[in-house]
Amino acid sequence: MSIVVDSISKSYNSLKALNNISFDVKEGELFGLIGPDGAGKTTLFRILVTLLFADEGKASVAGLDLVEDYKTIRESVGYMPGRFSLYQDLTVEENLKFFATIFGTSIAENYDLIADIYVQIEPFKNRRAGKLSGGMKQKLALCCALIHKPTVLFLDEPTTGVDPVSRKEFWEMIKRLQQKGITILVSTPYMDEAALCDRIALIQDGSLLQIDTPEAIIKKYPKSIYNVSADNMYELIQRLKAYEYSHSVYPFGEYVHYTDKRTHVNTDELKRYLSGHSLANVSIDITEPTIEDAFMELAK
Amino acid sequence: MKRFRGFVIKEFYHIFRDKRSLFILFGMPIAQILLFGFAITNEINNVDIAVLDHSKDATTKEIINKISASSYFTIDQFIEREADIETAFKQGKVKAVLNIEKDFSKKLIAESKAEVLIITDATDPNTANTIYNYVTAILQNYQQGKNKGSNMPYQITPRTRMVYNPELKSVFMFVPGVMTIILMLVSAMMTSISITREKELGTMEILLVSPLKPFQVIVGKVVPYIFLSVINAIIIVVLSIFVFKMPVEGSLFLLGLESVLFIITALALGILISTIAGTQQTAMMISLMGLMLPVILLSGFIFPVASMPYILQLISNIVPAKWFIIIIKGIMLKGVGLQFIWKETLILLGMTVFFIGLSVKKYKIRLE
Repeated sequence: MSIVVDSISKSYNSLKALNNISFDVKEGELFGLIGPDGAGKTTLFRILVTLLFADEGKASVAGLDLVEDYKTIRESVGYMPGRFSLYQDLTVEENLKFFATIFGTSIAENYDLIADIYVQIEPFKNRRAGKLSGGMKQKLALCCALIHKPTVLFLDEPTTGVDPVSRKEFWEMIKRLQQKGITILVSTPYMDEAALCDRIALIQDGSLLQIDTPEAIIKKYPKSIYNVSADNMYELIQRLKAYEYSHSVYPFGEYVHYTDKRTHVNTDELKRYLSGHSLANVSIDITEPTIEDAFMELAK
Repeated sequence: MKRFRGFVIKEFYHIFRDKRSLFILFGMPIAQILLFGFAITNEINNVDIAVLDHSKDATTKEIINKISASSYFTIDQFIEREADIETAFKQGKVKAVLNIEKDFSKKLIAESKAEVLIITDATDPNTANTIYNYVTAILQNYQQGKNKGSNMPYQITPRTRMVYNPELKSVFMFVPGVMTIILMLVSAMMTSISITREKELGTMEILLVSPLKPFQVIVGKVVPYIFLSVINAIIIVVLSIFVFKMPVEGSLFLLGLESVLFIITALALGILISTIAGTQQTAMMISLMGLMLPVILLSGFIFPVASMPYILQLISNIVPAKWFIIIIKGIMLKGVGLQFIWKETLILLGMTVFFIGLSVKKYKIRLE
């Protein structure tokens, strides 16, 4: 086991940030911590990289105890905080060099690990980090977190504030790092990214809702889910919510994801109900649930 | 060691790329020194003086003419009686009175020696001092002209009496004071800001999750500022010698060593502030309020410690600046060596060790 979290709790004054969290991450696994802002992801990361003490519970990273062996842990983990935390007044190259130096290594020594990420920002190596675009900042931050060849990598919301193209690239990089044998714990508020992880933990309000592979979580989804669309989105949502058998109604892109209280849904009847309330072009199709649907259902 | 060096290099990048800190670092000392330099400028022009001539002979007339011919003085009035001197000063216009003794020429010929008493209004000590210097210079000039080719040199002795503030206590007081303020403020404020900046920008989070040890971070923050503050101290000493005509009677080497010690004290205080303050703004406020005020008010810079209420005298003992001012005044003005200031030096050293120890202990290795 690369990361073992055993009933960790943490409070800020009266606010319970983490409530009895337990999970394991296997060696070489890409583990996602999925949840909205304020769910406690960052607090958990900070505890795991020895920046905060947990109030209760125990945890180990790379077989090392968080409290007793914190010095060794700090040498062997890579941490990329959620907020951009590099020196904005240093250039790309200077930042990377600095982090290599304080970890007692050099860029050349571990260049192969960062090579395919660094080549993308190398053209800007003389630019100050503060002047980089969001995506490039994150790539640089990842390089800096990797430069000392960590065995466990902690990425706290690495794709927040990054454009969709860069996000996709970023996840490809994460995947490649995993292939190099690095255990990766990544957090994200984007549910669509969850499917890219080996296993995920859904977290909300400091509690874990479920831990499993993305496929299993989707499989466990108990309802049939329908893509409903009509001309007037707002009216559609209101009407669906008011429908007597309505179980859940969530806007999902151009559709509304609808589930019914009954096991067998009569779509024609629902269509008649909606059309009868002055909604035009109503279409109802059954669809596959997503992680987001699972999360919504669990968080209910 | 390589890690440490990398850290120090990074600090220098920060300093040289941040125009604001560079400005504070070098702009403030130079601006302050020059400001003070102009405030106590030695230039005087058309100062009104009064003359009480007891002899009224050819020589005194010549001297008076020479003085009034200079652009520095305007003879406002001639006084006849000693009692009128007081009145002249009280009217406020006259800044100095030349009191020429009786039988000036005769004495000069008979005894080769005569006296002029220069009475100055020392409510403004700098002007008083300058007037005295200028009159003396004019008299000497006159005397040299007279003595040329003569084997019986005349000697006009200008005697001085400063009224209202005879000891001129504050004249050289503020050079050590300004130096202390600048070193204290720049060193303490800059380090505390530079450490809190890491907290504010989130980089401290990464530094903590790195194998850098607390003392490496702290010393790494301090080293560049020791270097820069020494340069600052040199600028101040050079400017005060040339702008203020500040004498440095004692050893420059000792002055340098003591300054480095005080710089380290100030830096240690800065680190201590940064362990308390969470943001750059707070750090700046604490440095300004918590350090500037005691340095100005309690160090003996402006108000002599001896004349403070007993409680404030006690409090002033914990102000490092007080001891440093005693040390540099001793070295610069009295020319004393270490044997006279070892006690103060030891106190500063003790304070420094205490502050550093406390900061290393208070330095958080985690986020809370």
